[in-house]
Amino acid sequence: MVILAAAQRRDSDGLMATTHNSKDELWRRFALAAPYLWLLVFFLAPFAIILKISLADPVIAQPPFTPTFDATGHLSITADNFRFLLTDKLYAITYLRSVLMAAMATVLCLSLGFPMAYGIARTQPATRGLLLLLIVLPFWISFLLRVYAWMGLMNNYGVINNFLMWAGLIEQPIQMMYTDFAVFIGLVYTYLPFMVLPLYATLERMDLDLVEAAQDLGASRTRAFWDITWPLARPGVIAGCLLVFIPAMGEYVIPYLLGGPESLLIGRVLFDEFFVNRDWPLASAVAIVLLLLLVVPIVLLQRYQASDQDSSA
Amino acid sequence: MSSKSRFIISTLAFGYAFLYLPLLLVVLYSFNDSSIATIWGGFSTRWYGELLQNDLILDAALLSLKVAVTSATAATLFGTMAGLALARFGRFKGRTLFSGMISSPMVMPEVITGLSLLLLFVTLQQFTGWPGQRGFSTITIAHTTFSMAYVAIIVQSRLLGMDESLEEAAMDLGGKPLRVVFDITLPLIAPAMVAGWLLSFTLSLDDLVIASFVSGPGSTTLPMYIFSKVKLGVSPDINALATLIIVAVSTGVALAWLIMRRSARP
Amino acid sequence: MKDFIKIRGVSKHFGDFVAVDDVHLDIGKGELFSILGGSGCGKTTLLRMLAGFEIPSSGKIEIDGNDVTHQAPYDRPVNMMFQSYAIFPHMNVARNIAYGLQKEGIAKAKINKRVDEMLALVQLEDFKTRKPDQLSGGQRQRVALARALIKRPKVLLLDEPLAALDKKLRERTQFELMNIQDELGITFVVVTHDQEEAMTLSSRIAVMDKGRFQQVGTPKEIYEFPDNRFVADFIGTINTFEAVVTRMLDDRIELYSDETGTAITALGKQLFEVGQQVEVAVRPEKIFLSKDKPSNDEDTCVAGVVDDLGYLGNRSLYRIRLETGKIVQASSQNRRRSVTRFLEWDEPVWLSWRPRSAVILMD
Repeated sequence: MVILAAAQRRDSDGLMATTHNSKDELWRRFALAAPYLWLLVFFLAPFAIILKISLADPVIAQPPFTPTFDATGHLSITADNFRFLLTDKLYAITYLRSVLMAAMATVLCLSLGFPMAYGIARTQPATRGLLLLLIVLPFWISFLLRVYAWMGLMNNYGVINNFLMWAGLIEQPIQMMYTDFAVFIGLVYTYLPFMVLPLYATLERMDLDLVEAAQDLGASRTRAFWDITWPLARPGVIAGCLLVFIPAMGEYVIPYLLGGPESLLIGRVLFDEFFVNRDWPLASAVAIVLLLLLVVPIVLLQRYQASDQDSSA
Repeated sequence: MSSKSRFIISTLAFGYAFLYLPLLLVVLYSFNDSSIATIWGGFSTRWYGELLQNDLILDAALLSLKVAVTSATAATLFGTMAGLALARFGRFKGRTLFSGMISSPMVMPEVITGLSLLLLFVTLQQFTGWPGQRGFSTITIAHTTFSMAYVAIIVQSRLLGMDESLEEAAMDLGGKPLRVVFDITLPLIAPAMVAGWLLSFTLSLDDLVIASFVSGPGSTTLPMYIFSKVKLGVSPDINALATLIIVAVSTGVALAWLIMRRSARP
Repeated sequence: MKDFIKIRGVSKHFGDFVAVDDVHLDIGKGELFSILGGSGCGKTTLLRMLAGFEIPSSGKIEIDGNDVTHQAPYDRPVNMMFQSYAIFPHMNVARNIAYGLQKEGIAKAKINKRVDEMLALVQLEDFKTRKPDQLSGGQRQRVALARALIKRPKVLLLDEPLAALDKKLRERTQFELMNIQDELGITFVVVTHDQEEAMTLSSRIAVMDKGRFQQVGTPKEIYEFPDNRFVADFIGTINTFEAVVTRMLDDRIELYSDETGTAITALGKQLFEVGQQVEVAVRPEKIFLSKDKPSNDEDTCVAGVVDDLGYLGNRSLYRIRLETGKIVQASSQNRRRSVTRFLEWDEPVWLSWRPRSAVILMD
């Protein structure tokens, strides 16, 4: 059993490794086994099930898929769902669109977030706390309502159009809602704090003397930025970009509320495949492929976070 | 002032305006008398009144609060244990899998987490008969699972930043390991646990996608209700609801900030 | 009691890394013993094995006749003062100090009395209810000391006890530590990287490198007669010359060095073979400088030129270039009428030292 093995004491440099009495050993085992078991059942097992169902045929029944083993005990699996995903152009285009939209949103977040993080890191320590708080605050306000706020702004008769028409700048309302533009606004708006925070963390740790030293040695401001600031900020840039890109890839609410019917993203396809078409095996296959696309960035992010934790310890 | 810092300052101003103007407008329009949400029809508080009469909203809010409190508490419990294990138990078998499972739920797209959990519940029901009905318990389990990851990370990094010799000193002075956890470790990570609980609570209140997957008919959380309304467009009572939430959260966060600032100063 | 603490063949491995390698040591009751070495030499691991935070991979540790090798930290008659002092930040001074007695389940009145005694011992009576963040570095150090002493341990372990203090405070605290140790008669084992600290504090020192003891002895033995190159280099400054043994006499060894271009005589009863390559070491302050050639033919005499000099107030440092090109360091007290007061750059000078000042190093 994984759990028992995990709780067994080993030659280790951890503090609690040197437990000598059974009550403490019991506590150690419990503290490890409880969250471990929980995650095995409610996090790892579900993935096995997704994989299993993605290899089944859809049927009209409850639940709507064929069992992996039929009544006679024969293994019955099919790669039809994956084959369908690969051959139907619609899915390939949707995956590609999702990657591009997420990447574009990431770049936009970076170009707005970097100067912001830089600016915050360079203000007085007293105001820094307040500015950071204002970055974090929207996190705590319902995500859904923040996206909703933009609906009122970007409507054909929303605040922006009303204002522009009142100012006489336009005659006809500009179509903003239900376009890719609106989706980008929503994505940047929602994920900007994810970009600013890790960037701020690295920029704040950076020694300002380094930039001055570079300028002292003859580098122009721009040169000093590209030679010193940018390379040193790279860990934060990478973390921020991954933190925006990964969730943006699977985003459902923003494209649903702000995007048009033609701006299909993969999160929405999965949702619709599941709830509207009730094709659970196909939805599972969509999820598996999405997961495969995200494996590299997720592993990258975890490696970054692990090394960041080591260096700050 | 150099051109560069002027650029930085204007970007900062733009960024903060971008973050806060939409929220301000929602607050403003919540006092709009007109039932066409985007046209100003004079000042009124009637949408707040309607909000309080709407049983659907109140039921959904109650369910959301119940789920948030329960799942935040469970997540803090499990997450603290997981954070302790990661920061203090040294090497153990299965550690890589464990830390992978801790950090993955945070980066997993919600649609995948939601789908996978629903499929688990359906499968469990097939074989064990539980859960007979999806609702409070299944949403709570789902929220606990992804929230505990956040708690674990917060607790773990607090522990890693803490001088390990504090616990060693307590042990050296005769405290047995379990005693030391209660005498030293827990009091010192209490702020991290509180932060973790608050974050879990917020995440739970905020979640739409995962709850949509794992809830059954008849159990609608507040975000699910809001979503079903705003799908159809801007609506004035949602403005009122949003305003209430914005005010509550801002007050809470501002208070927490002031308290923290005061206690940071000796 | 010479073997109050007995360490027998103790090793500690972390994976492939050997932190402590087959260490043997006896420490007597009431000693103030220092383990001295650079970072990563294994001294802290050894201390942590005495405290019970690490279990030796092999070997045995006895304290006062009891095998404690596998005993948990909370069961050992040993307490420790941590390098960071590890004062519990959420408890006031009195509660910090009382913690150890509370875990023994002692009556409250008795605990309070003992806490007051300890506060008096470390002169912190007025700080009883202070929180740790309201204390200075020196006060924190004394709280840590009182907290570790209140259980009257058989052995007190001190991990870099003075490293966190500034120089002035360090000197004063050193003597306070020695007085308290004297008063209580508790065996102290100190781990430090600071040779000066070890020299002033300790009755004996073990110099450690790469997990092994290089030499164990009194501060004087270690300074005057280092066993090997590492010890000689680690403690103070020393000049070394490569030399060949030319003749073995009863109580002295005659050598010839290419680096000085002269014969060198060393006192000693060690056994060498004629023709063996060794290193001879001489401390800078054992070298006499004179303008005229000294006449004592027992001494080693070498001619050189002043290459560099530095005035340090009470003494001066010289770097002398020999005719062979070798640079030798010498230092002299700045007394009145000392000839070296008049030495200038590039001036020719004679160096000489006594046979008993030359030490032959083993490896």
